[in-house]
Amino acid sequence: MTQHVSPPRDSAGKLPPAGGLPAWRSLPARADVRTLSLLGVLAVLILIGGITRPDEFLDTRNLQLVLTQASVIGVVTVGMTFVITSGGIDLSVGAIVALSSVWATTVATQGYGFAGILFTAMIVGVGCGLVNGLLIAYGGMVPFIATLAMLASARGLALQITDGRTQIVTVGSVLRLGERDSYVLGVPPLVLVFAAVTVIGWLVLNRTTFGRRTVAVGGNPEAARLAGIDVRRQRLYLYLLSGLACGIAAFLLIVLSGSGQNTNGNLYELDAIAAAIIGGTLLSGGRGTITGSVLGVLIFTTITNIFALNNLQSDVQEIAKGAIIVAAVLVQRRTASTT
Amino acid sequence: MSQQTPFTSRRGLLFGTAAVSAGAFLTACTSNEPKSEKTAANDTPATDGKPGTHVTIGFAGPQADHGWLNAINDNAKSRAEKYEDVTLEITEGSNDTAAQIGQIETLINKKVDVLVVLPADGKALTQVGLKAMRAGIPVVNLDRIFNTPQAYRCWVGGDNYGMGLNAGHYIGEKLKGKSDARVIELAGLDNLELTKQRTQGFDDALKNYPNIKKVARQAAEFTVESGQAKMAQLLQAQPKFDAVWNHDDDQGVGALRAVEQAGRDGFLMVGGAGALSAFEAIKQDNGVLKATVLYPPTMAASAIDLARALGQGKGIGGLAEYEIPASITLYSAVVDKDNVDRYMPTGFR
Repeated sequence: MTQHVSPPRDSAGKLPPAGGLPAWRSLPARADVRTLSLLGVLAVLILIGGITRPDEFLDTRNLQLVLTQASVIGVVTVGMTFVITSGGIDLSVGAIVALSSVWATTVATQGYGFAGILFTAMIVGVGCGLVNGLLIAYGGMVPFIATLAMLASARGLALQITDGRTQIVTVGSVLRLGERDSYVLGVPPLVLVFAAVTVIGWLVLNRTTFGRRTVAVGGNPEAARLAGIDVRRQRLYLYLLSGLACGIAAFLLIVLSGSGQNTNGNLYELDAIAAAIIGGTLLSGGRGTITGSVLGVLIFTTITNIFALNNLQSDVQEIAKGAIIVAAVLVQRRTASTT
Repeated sequence: MSQQTPFTSRRGLLFGTAAVSAGAFLTACTSNEPKSEKTAANDTPATDGKPGTHVTIGFAGPQADHGWLNAINDNAKSRAEKYEDVTLEITEGSNDTAAQIGQIETLINKKVDVLVVLPADGKALTQVGLKAMRAGIPVVNLDRIFNTPQAYRCWVGGDNYGMGLNAGHYIGEKLKGKSDARVIELAGLDNLELTKQRTQGFDDALKNYPNIKKVARQAAEFTVESGQAKMAQLLQAQPKFDAVWNHDDDQGVGALRAVEQAGRDGFLMVGGAGALSAFEAIKQDNGVLKATVLYPPTMAASAIDLARALGQGKGIGGLAEYEIPASITLYSAVVDKDNVDRYMPTGFR
């Protein structure tokens, strides 16, 4: 299922020819251990949930709830995984979600319908991603700084657009997407979108030239350049991709909350980075796993769910999240050092 | 090895950027929904309506980053406009302590007659309140309180404990005669003192009703998004309950959304603060939201009244006192279907 691609760095800095990596280069064994350990954590959590609140936890509605709550941050995390794999970081994802969603809800208050809201959210997301990409790829700015600047300005603009007011959406077709009568065979539309983004993300990262270039740029940008990859353009596309993911997530959030608010997407950047990291994507770049990231998101969402069902307060939830991040990274270091 | 990428010229890229920016700019210029300019307070002024000595009032608040604070600014402005003997010097709000101190010092240097201050952080701005008082400018401290009574001449603000108390009593009365009634609480940001006070008031009220048990409490973050997320979890956790108190109408928008998505009813919901959307839902009476307890933004209009009375050396009309009080805690009225029309003008977006 998961296939990790580490770019080989031989003396010539050449990448293997496109069309597939030699079998001994992909490391299914190690990757599978990681995926299995994440699945193990998820299984333990499901066990805890099932023991503590069997009736409420082991319930179709609860599965729908957990997956729905994972959808918005999940889509953002898929985009973030690409950026981190390339050795970058995008701290502006939460702010882009906020700006995209309030821009779209402003459009909604002016009488535009479903399509208007959807396209506004996507265009604003891509627009912010474009600015990030240009600053980083062609302006030579450090990703951390450029996206930090975007975080501040997009949040500021979101506040300016809304004036701090909650913009309530009354477009029926948008609202219905988040309600039970539009579930497809019991699957909420939001979850379908999340699943589609996950599958497409996995295919792009593991089965296309674009994905291989992403890994190569993260592993060794200089070698990638020598191998003929347009590193700058690749980086531009990656931040565009992250922006697009934020635009999609913003639309999902509008469907979910029925409104736009400048506080939307609060701390998404940290949640997305955390999910990607415990999933096994390297913060230093050169290795990324969509499967791991999505499992990371599901682990966090399940923790939140179990804690809420047991009526434990949010401070305890945060401590548990922190502990899981530390444990996951320590385990990964152990597995990494054995190779 | 060849990399087949579509050729993008620098010109094309620049043109694309320009187009996106232009589009962004155009959309940015489109107006938001029209804001209703309305005065929310009742029409009986504090002293008397007759023009007296001219008073210049300096007003400094935090950055209006949510609806309630917007309403505070609107209330202060429209109240000041009502009086021909009042000039209002209003600063650009800021959440930054240093910036707000600077703004208030500017007002002190302008030698305004009275100051009305809603500090972004009460403790941190105490010094500048003291400075104004020492300079002979009386301060009306609005809502978030300074560290010491020496920093203000009069404090006027909301009652968080009272919100919880009144919400609890309202729910208690509604569930009277129901045995083993179950109540849940959707709190606001848990690291704020005011959230603790609200919860304390709610719990204290529920103690009067032995048939009621609070079975769950989750804290959201005053945002729509967090309200939806936490309420969705609460609904799953509690297959059956009779009432829920939500601390804040803003996060209530999300909470109501979660109720709708889960297709649940059979319980009553009480909100908090007094947002227009909550009033409208209460008036329509076709959902679970039946009432909300106020944290009235009209306090800003009252603060202007108090400042004017201070400047003119009068007391409050209707009281025997020659001076305005040192402290006024507002009442958190319960607004339900029966009195919602009366409060509708005070609803904030």
